[in-house]
Amino acid sequence: MLKTFSLGGIHPEENKLTADRAIEVLPVPPVVMVPVTQHIGAPAKVEVKKGDKVKVGQVIARAGGMVSANVHSPVSGTVNKIDDIVDASGYRRTAVIIDTEGDEWEDGIDRSTTIKKEITASPEEIVTGIAEAGIVGLGGATFPSHVKLTPPPGRKCEVLIINGVECEPYLTSDHRLMLEKGEEIIIGIQILMRALNVNKAIIGIENNKPDAIRHMQELCNGNKGISVQPLKVKYPQGGEKQLIDACIGRQVPSGKLPIEVGAVVHNVGTAFAVYEAIQKNKPLVERVVTVTGKSVAKPGNFLCRIGTPISVLIEAAGGLPEDTGKIISGGPMMGKALTSTDIPVVKGSSGILLIPQEIASRPKYQACIRCAKCVSACSMGLSPYLLMTMSEKAMWEEAEEEKVLDCIECGSCSYICPAGRPLLDYIRLGKNKVGQLVRKRTAQVQKN
Amino acid sequence: MISILTLVGLGVASALVLYMASKKFQVFEDPRIDQVEEVLPKSNCGGCGFPGCRAFAEALVKSDDISDLKCPVGGSATMTKVSEILGKAVADVKPQLAVVRCNGSCEHRPKLNIYDGAMSCTVAAALYGGETGCSYGCLGCGDCVVACKFDAMYMDEATGLPVVIEENCVACGKCVEACPKNIIELRNVGPKSRRIFVSCVNKDKGAVAKKACAVACIGCSKCFKVCPHEAITMADNLAYIDDDKCKLCRKCVEECPTFSIHELNFPPRKKKVEEEAVAEA
Repeated sequence: MLKTFSLGGIHPEENKLTADRAIEVLPVPPVVMVPVTQHIGAPAKVEVKKGDKVKVGQVIARAGGMVSANVHSPVSGTVNKIDDIVDASGYRRTAVIIDTEGDEWEDGIDRSTTIKKEITASPEEIVTGIAEAGIVGLGGATFPSHVKLTPPPGRKCEVLIINGVECEPYLTSDHRLMLEKGEEIIIGIQILMRALNVNKAIIGIENNKPDAIRHMQELCNGNKGISVQPLKVKYPQGGEKQLIDACIGRQVPSGKLPIEVGAVVHNVGTAFAVYEAIQKNKPLVERVVTVTGKSVAKPGNFLCRIGTPISVLIEAAGGLPEDTGKIISGGPMMGKALTSTDIPVVKGSSGILLIPQEIASRPKYQACIRCAKCVSACSMGLSPYLLMTMSEKAMWEEAEEEKVLDCIECGSCSYICPAGRPLLDYIRLGKNKVGQLVRKRTAQVQKN
Repeated sequence: MISILTLVGLGVASALVLYMASKKFQVFEDPRIDQVEEVLPKSNCGGCGFPGCRAFAEALVKSDDISDLKCPVGGSATMTKVSEILGKAVADVKPQLAVVRCNGSCEHRPKLNIYDGAMSCTVAAALYGGETGCSYGCLGCGDCVVACKFDAMYMDEATGLPVVIEENCVACGKCVEACPKNIIELRNVGPKSRRIFVSCVNKDKGAVAKKACAVACIGCSKCFKVCPHEAITMADNLAYIDDDKCKLCRKCVEECPTFSIHELNFPPRKKKVEEEAVAEA
């Protein structure tokens, strides 16, 4: 029986144009720009200086706190400079710029494709290994993975949920990864299960990927504890809380983490990175990126090094179509429009989407007609129309009471609104402001 | 007849109840609050930090030390009157005006992308760095204009920047609060309304700032070196002029290679030279 989450959700056009394109390995680019902030949390501290020779897999920036992640050199060559570059946010952030020379890897990294099944690492070794390899949630949220593997004291993980949903339209990088690297993903899941000391794992995959469901089911045979849960197609099923609801029918309470209901969620891409880190000693230096769009000549899934400028990826997909109006990093629902093609691929880049001009711009918005479509679409049970008004009127305390912080920013409300109102824009602002208020309050409490 | 009597009786009875209630539950209110409120401008702008003039009047009457409270709208004149009523010392309020510290018009600062989200600077600022290469400058959605209750600001269509109408500005500071980029600042009006300020808040390195905007402060420190009054400080590739120390000599204005230091309400320079020549002759 197909399951799905209980509240809200929408059905945007799927447009999975690249579902049957095999992952293509891109050549190493001549220059890479590696931002030190590719994850949620504290920026990593740069450990190299101008003129240093680096090898692939060498740590170039070390985690700057508990919630932070190491950054490794994705190429071998010389550090050209450490400078501020414009990243996906449009602001300047610190990045290490490396000129590529050859492709020399750090010693001890196993680059062969032979599959190593036997897991020898202890749970502690796995967690430190994952932290060392700089692995973050590759679904897009980029939360450092090792933090998720160390549940707070008194909490026990009962089930590991693996996110193979890929509910964003257009994107197919996880889909292809499951088809081509399924075996490795299963071993990655076993490693994660060992680290969390659980004996049950569920891979959630949406029904629009029947080949992936079949493939993973076959691989699960004989692997005790791992099962595949086919899911109904509904956006935003890939949201952590929605996926937990869909797979095991438990709702994460407001303001709490999934561990509260005994679940930990990791992406299939993360499981693959974990396999490579633990079994092959290979840090996170490359990832699969979908480059797609309706007018793109050769859309596809590309395995590229972190720090590759997206212009290289667009070139590989047949160049920038003339009618392009927007370049989006990520999917069409949650992705971010980019301001330049020099912006590099980072750990959280799941796709590059080229949107034609005619559908790229937003129409002028109109007054709310009180149809409550946003309320029925919200998968967190919020009232988006109300939260937007509160943000417009700077009613932050009221917005906090209305649980603005629970919003997962999936964009369903803005998508469904017949008046084209920028609901999410304002809700995001509300989250921002309320978050500041809450932080101020906790700081005050700690001070007293 | 009966109905009239009943109604009269009811009226008298309720009047008595109300009278007794008003006597019993009377709240004593300092009459000075009314007096103080009378001299305040009653614009209820909130520039003093209190919700409206009445609340400010209450605060003035109740607190012992009012030397750090001020009414930006009324200025010194109002505060002197308050001081006369209350017999407490008040701070000397220097008249101030809002100043927009960005000159990144469409001409000076080319657009690199188009923002079509909600027309609000706060929303745009939370989303990304803005339409131009300068992530510090004015976003041009006009949050300051919306915030102004005195019709003292408007958006210049040609430049895309807000303009302060000096006659209307009361320095309540609402626009300063509204601007997510901290571009607007309240600065001393200065003698004859003459002011000098750095019209840029870009903290990027010189080359980056200059590439993004032709009139950006590039942090070259030339003004800092030329200033005879130590009024200019340099921090994060940006010059700042302390208006308390500035003696309006205008040496920095001439020195600035990117013309990012602005002078307001000075007589035209050429004329001044001519005047001097005339005086000498």
